[in-house]
Amino acid sequence: MNRIHYLFNNKQERVLSIYFTAGFPHLEDTIPVMEAIQAGAADIIEIGVPYSDPIADGPTIQDSNKIALENGMSMKKLFEQLKGFRAKIHIPVVLMGYLNPIIQFGMEDFCKKCKEVGIDGLIVPDLPMQQYLDEFKSLFEEYGLVNTFLISPQTSEKRIREIDENTDGFIYMVSSHSITGAKSGISEEQIAYFKRVQDMNLKNPRLIGFGISDAETFTTASSYSHGAIIGSAFIKKIKESQNQSQDIQDYIKAVIN
Amino acid sequence: MIRVDEKGFYGKFGGAYIPEMLHPNIEELRDNYESIVASEEFQQEFQLLLRDFVGRPTPLYFASRLSETFGAKIYLKREDLCHTGAHKVNNTIGQIILAKKLGKKRIIAETGAGQHGVATATVCALMGMDCTVYMGELDIERQRPNVERMKILGAKVVPATSGSRTLKDATNEAMRQWINNPVDTHYIIGSVVGPHPYPEMVARFQSVISEEMKWQLKEKEGRENPDLVIACVGGGSNAAGAFYHYYNTPDVRLIAAEAAGLGISSGKSAATTVLGTPGILHGSKTILMQTEDGQVVEPHSISAGLDYPGIGPVHAHLFDIGRGEFVAVEDEDAMKAGILLSRTEGIIPAIETAHAIHALNMIEYRKDDVIVINLSGRGDKDLETYIKWGGY
Repeated sequence: MNRIHYLFNNKQERVLSIYFTAGFPHLEDTIPVMEAIQAGAADIIEIGVPYSDPIADGPTIQDSNKIALENGMSMKKLFEQLKGFRAKIHIPVVLMGYLNPIIQFGMEDFCKKCKEVGIDGLIVPDLPMQQYLDEFKSLFEEYGLVNTFLISPQTSEKRIREIDENTDGFIYMVSSHSITGAKSGISEEQIAYFKRVQDMNLKNPRLIGFGISDAETFTTASSYSHGAIIGSAFIKKIKESQNQSQDIQDYIKAVIN
Repeated sequence: MIRVDEKGFYGKFGGAYIPEMLHPNIEELRDNYESIVASEEFQQEFQLLLRDFVGRPTPLYFASRLSETFGAKIYLKREDLCHTGAHKVNNTIGQIILAKKLGKKRIIAETGAGQHGVATATVCALMGMDCTVYMGELDIERQRPNVERMKILGAKVVPATSGSRTLKDATNEAMRQWINNPVDTHYIIGSVVGPHPYPEMVARFQSVISEEMKWQLKEKEGRENPDLVIACVGGGSNAAGAFYHYYNTPDVRLIAAEAAGLGISSGKSAATTVLGTPGILHGSKTILMQTEDGQVVEPHSISAGLDYPGIGPVHAHLFDIGRGEFVAVEDEDAMKAGILLSRTEGIIPAIETAHAIHALNMIEYRKDDVIVINLSGRGDKDLETYIKWGGY
């Protein structure tokens, strides 16, 4: 069974997914960061594949992408680093990457590599649903990769239903119409949106991302969904960190507890 | 037949590869723009403003001394005489009327050379709409007069500080801001790039260029079709406008002049069709300059308007099927061509446009060929670059 399915079969609340950029802050940090995220007891690891033009990301993640690329991170390098990671990491791991680097690597080769190293799912923010259905769905399925779509407060009910119909992992709810890292705190308006989607009784679990940074925002988001995703706040944390593994574990524990 | 299909593709290129957060914006535009643009109300306002505000039709000018120099019949389509100094305003007039009809309150735009930024700031002032223009930090330095023009017109100019700090990064920033403000904001893209329906929409607003060329040539030459049309291509909006009504007339050769920068193999170039490969940039599948790993390569051109690592999907298609002939013009040659035009015809062109002039040295044509060069913009904004270059 795919680890994402296994996770949500066994846990329906306060699921925490942590995003970080591969090869950041140092090229060889990828695996140690993953180990620390698991040791901190987060539920999902989301590895960002750095890209030169991340249009859905705010300054913090843009900056981490730039540094990772300068460090020499690439798709090829990432798969080399990930070889054998399943000996140490047992929680679900999702790759988040923009479409162009994936297409240049070759979609089938990419899916194959993901399966080989033990990736469970993909988030490709600029892959539209129709293109996914027309060109890539069968490939994702063949290699056992769960595809995650994003929805935002502007996404119509009809489209949310279509997205729910065409995915079988989880739905990534963008908490405001916003790029990553742009807002802090959760507003009344956002809560109304969380409730509206909660009341739709979708078949897929929902994780809320964008603007989640601490125990309070995590708990608020989790009360209207199955859990939340932290990205920019985590990137800031590891950028400043002197004692990476310990700081990551402390941060995650502080969010969960 | 060259035309966009219902999914927004020109052959293999185009589409709408956008984050889901932009889907509602793009869908709203896609579902409404054709009927709005086709409406009589829109057309009346659009045509009136093109005539009385922009100053259309722009002349088709027979350049006799340039013709003598090159041994062909060369006409210049004088888009440099448009209000604000370039063709860019044709598109911003169309989009601002559209934005108003869509009930938008705020306009954002990206700009490279600043011509599109000025054209956007101008129509925002005209319509009393709030305007923010994103511009690469490097471009802000080298296009100072245009930055000040935008400010005088009441627009806010926000520097894009990431990447190469040029047009590509300004476009990223504008897209991000659109994601953050999806309801009340319209994004006026300045070129035939971006997700569907932008490339076709912008091309349609610019198609007035070739529409006029047809009847003007008929008056002057007794035929609607020239033998060649030459235009410079960054994203490619002036070229799309100049080629539009000739796409499906194979007798008319379509010549696109890209910027080779310091030379094709110098590592400082923006010659997309030579150096690029198919991929995705700013929401559409096109040809772009990228590394093997799919990272976008930072381009270089002396002209800010051509300093872009991709081309519009329609141009990628023209290149792919061999309908367009692409030449890559180096910085130095473009500057010299700018001086040549200044001295033979008394017209100082924008440096973007000067690339199209130099293309005459790079292609074959017959002695009696009728050639139309789209004179996309005037050189006022480039005075500092001309002065710094100094070769005159």
